[in-house]
Amino acid sequence: MATALLGERIKRKEDPRLIQGRGHYVDDIVLPGLLHLAFARSPHAHARIKSVDVTAAQAAPGVVAVYTGADLQGKVGMVPCAAGIEGLKVPEHPCLAVDEVRYVGEPVAVVVANSAYTARDAVEQVEVEYDPLPVVVDPEKALAPGAPRVHSKLADNVAFVAKLEGGDWKALEAEPGIKVIRQRLINQRLAPVAMETRGVVASYSPGEDLLTVWSSTQIPHILKTQLALMSGVEENHCRVIAPEVGGGFGSKLNVYGEEGVACYVSKALGRPVKWIESRRENLQATIHGRDQINDVEVYVRPDGKVAGLKCWIIADLGAYHQLLTPAIPTLTALMIVGAYHIPCVFVETKGVFTNKMATDAYRGAGRPEATYIIERVMDLVAAELNLDPVDVRMKNFPSPKDFPLALPTGVTYDSANYQRTLKKVLKAAGYTKLRKEQERLRKKGRYLGIGLSTYVEICAMGPSSRMPAGGWEFGSVRIEPTGKVTVLSGTSPHGQGEETTFAQIVASGFGIPYEDVTVLHGDTGVVPMGIGTFGSRTTAVGGTAIYLAVERLKKKMARIAAHKLGVKPGELEFKDGKVQTAGGEKAMRFLEVVAEAIFAKQLPPGVEPGLVEQCVFEPANFTFPFGAHLAVVEVDPDTGEVRLRNYYAVDDCGRVLNPMLVDGQIHGGLVQGIGQALWEEHVYDENGQLLTGTLMDYAVPRAHQFPWFETATTETPTRVNPLGAKGVGEAGTIGSTPAIVNAVVDALRPLGVRHIDMPLKPEKIWRVLRSASAA
Amino acid sequence: MKIRMNVNGNWREDDVEPRTLLVHYLRDVAGLTGTHVGCETSICGACTVLLNQEAVKSCTVFAVQANGAQVTTIEGLAREGKLHPLQQSFWEEHGLQCGFCTPGMILVAHQLLCRNPHPTQEEIRKGLEGNLCRCTGYQHIVKAVQSAASKMSATEPVRAVAAAG
Repeated sequence: MATALLGERIKRKEDPRLIQGRGHYVDDIVLPGLLHLAFARSPHAHARIKSVDVTAAQAAPGVVAVYTGADLQGKVGMVPCAAGIEGLKVPEHPCLAVDEVRYVGEPVAVVVANSAYTARDAVEQVEVEYDPLPVVVDPEKALAPGAPRVHSKLADNVAFVAKLEGGDWKALEAEPGIKVIRQRLINQRLAPVAMETRGVVASYSPGEDLLTVWSSTQIPHILKTQLALMSGVEENHCRVIAPEVGGGFGSKLNVYGEEGVACYVSKALGRPVKWIESRRENLQATIHGRDQINDVEVYVRPDGKVAGLKCWIIADLGAYHQLLTPAIPTLTALMIVGAYHIPCVFVETKGVFTNKMATDAYRGAGRPEATYIIERVMDLVAAELNLDPVDVRMKNFPSPKDFPLALPTGVTYDSANYQRTLKKVLKAAGYTKLRKEQERLRKKGRYLGIGLSTYVEICAMGPSSRMPAGGWEFGSVRIEPTGKVTVLSGTSPHGQGEETTFAQIVASGFGIPYEDVTVLHGDTGVVPMGIGTFGSRTTAVGGTAIYLAVERLKKKMARIAAHKLGVKPGELEFKDGKVQTAGGEKAMRFLEVVAEAIFAKQLPPGVEPGLVEQCVFEPANFTFPFGAHLAVVEVDPDTGEVRLRNYYAVDDCGRVLNPMLVDGQIHGGLVQGIGQALWEEHVYDENGQLLTGTLMDYAVPRAHQFPWFETATTETPTRVNPLGAKGVGEAGTIGSTPAIVNAVVDALRPLGVRHIDMPLKPEKIWRVLRSASAA
Repeated sequence: MKIRMNVNGNWREDDVEPRTLLVHYLRDVAGLTGTHVGCETSICGACTVLLNQEAVKSCTVFAVQANGAQVTTIEGLAREGKLHPLQQSFWEEHGLQCGFCTPGMILVAHQLLCRNPHPTQEEIRKGLEGNLCRCTGYQHIVKAVQSAASKMSATEPVRAVAAAG
């Protein structure tokens, strides 16, 4: 394949519009006759709805209509869940609550008004009488016999139990000298906090029976199917557009009740409607991430070889299933052995309903939890056996020769060299020196900590056999009569920069200027089919579809050019705007071949006119990017504050197509992962009230909290796709959280600290320091 | 209420409800949708604009409070089709991903460089503290501001955008 442009630091095509304020996000869409929606939401975590009185709201000037859950019953479909887990309980999830509310922020009624201000005012006048019911917030308490039930129609609060087991446990448990280490690890609830909240504009045209929806979504095609089912408008009369989307991180990989309501209202009134989520609503009623309790049991030999791992996962699902809610913790089980050859595995995952907002995919989605477990385990083993965490990791890594590597968890890792990334990060950080510095500082009463994480993740989602609703991706490439190239992708990038990366793939394939390529995505009226952007799949799967469509077009163009030039198609290459023989003796300009193909005067027999090819790429496997991260922290013994002094990250995402964009993905991921380790937590009190309901309370990291990240890559290509790219969108988040926690625990080791649960806020550390000094 | 405001160099007069927020005035009345609403509580900074050359969070300023003032939004930063050095640097250094926080980031960085044309990394990070970005991890934003600082000091003294409007 031609390589010019690929691997280069190319400025983004997306940016000129965004740096000038000329992009269009959902809230920038204005249509004639537009009405505005605002939702009345439950202030209770669990209550029966006794009555909803909309008279006052309805009578407010400027209000066009008010609808309650009862009004919509039977007219709008349920909020969908696509997860396929054996025995999964799927409770009814109406777009507006009907008889009962089950979490704070659950929508109860919708006000439609001629301005957003009026709609919000009138929401205050919707009078709902509630009869509070017992609340269950703690997932362990939810499992106790006699616990209040979130769904009274279900026998208990267990949504599913899944088991994953591999290896010869009998032999291992009987093995003499085997040591068992136990630890409980809490992976706290987080809020995704995309800077753009959710938003939707729905416009139904009765004449054409056409529903057009602009949504801040990562999955326009899936959303189109689901909104068609929910609204009753036939799918071939629906069009979904994802305009600029201001970040998603998994939170917009979903179908939300408000979207269903917006479609219904537009259809009922025959007018376009807009709903823009407030930040408070975003923190309450956009999916949350993580929230697992992990009880681990590690079986380790005296030399530090980990022979078995057991884990009991309690996953707090919240009150209802969103699109993939129950599927997320099953990814934790799948990736629990991390980068290590651990022959025996047992994982029991219990999904539990509580009176909280649903959890679902948040950057990493199940894999940060797995990585946190296994990377904390490696450090626990090192501490227990008094070994260096580096040695424990090296001892448990598979050899690069072992790949592809089939694991007891049922997945097969494609390619890796874990030793190389670890060595590289140790060198970059000056590990030996750091340990000496740590020794020195400890003598002075200072707490320096060094934390490692050698993660592996599962990306490029994925083969359709392992995905709920298809894992392929669509790409098409069309050459216009002027020689300009139009690319369509079924992915829906929203900041990752694939308008640029895809143009690099296409321009390098054809040997034409990068400026001649335009990438279109995020509109089901333009792109015939697609899955979307999540699971670090956009470049690896979506990019491959485009790459293969280019290859098909090149084959056709080579046939046409060969016919004209009197050579064999196989002799031709695409280079510098020409289609030519190797030495350039016989050549046609790219544009000449395009003209031949489209004007179709002398085509070879059997060749169709036109230059448009598409590909639906089905990957044979996931990819498994990996990396080694090292954090250096210092803990202030007086305040308990953790200062992140240095951060080194060596990541291997396979072939790098644009190093600048890869760096950007890593940096952003690091900040989210470090945010979880040190500051972020989404907290409900025992009554199910959200305590972190504004950005004053929910600690999104800020610029001054970070040092300069030192990043590097290694490149171990994959054979899963011809681009050799593995995916990088989630790596930083997955790798960084345990590195930070390992560093802080390492800092406090002289005080006998073995583990502290996240987030490692000053108060928590201060208490640990106090109790240590008291002891 | 009648208000008069110079927005990006053009005076305009409008009748607004007293409670109209400056950000909604700019977006819905003036049609300048480059200024974004991220939190409505002054915490995220997505709505940052320059009000009489000072960076303010326009989600917590009433439009009537800006009566008679000069306001610069992201749309007013480029001159005669030429990007401002900050815009150029954000592009070159990959200082944005989804772009939602970017207008606010660029304008707060503008104020930062007006006050301190040669900031250290530390000072840049401190200066951006009031603006949230969830995509970039800030490093490329810091780099972009550093790069803009050197561009601006090399070519021209830092100019106050609004005053020139």
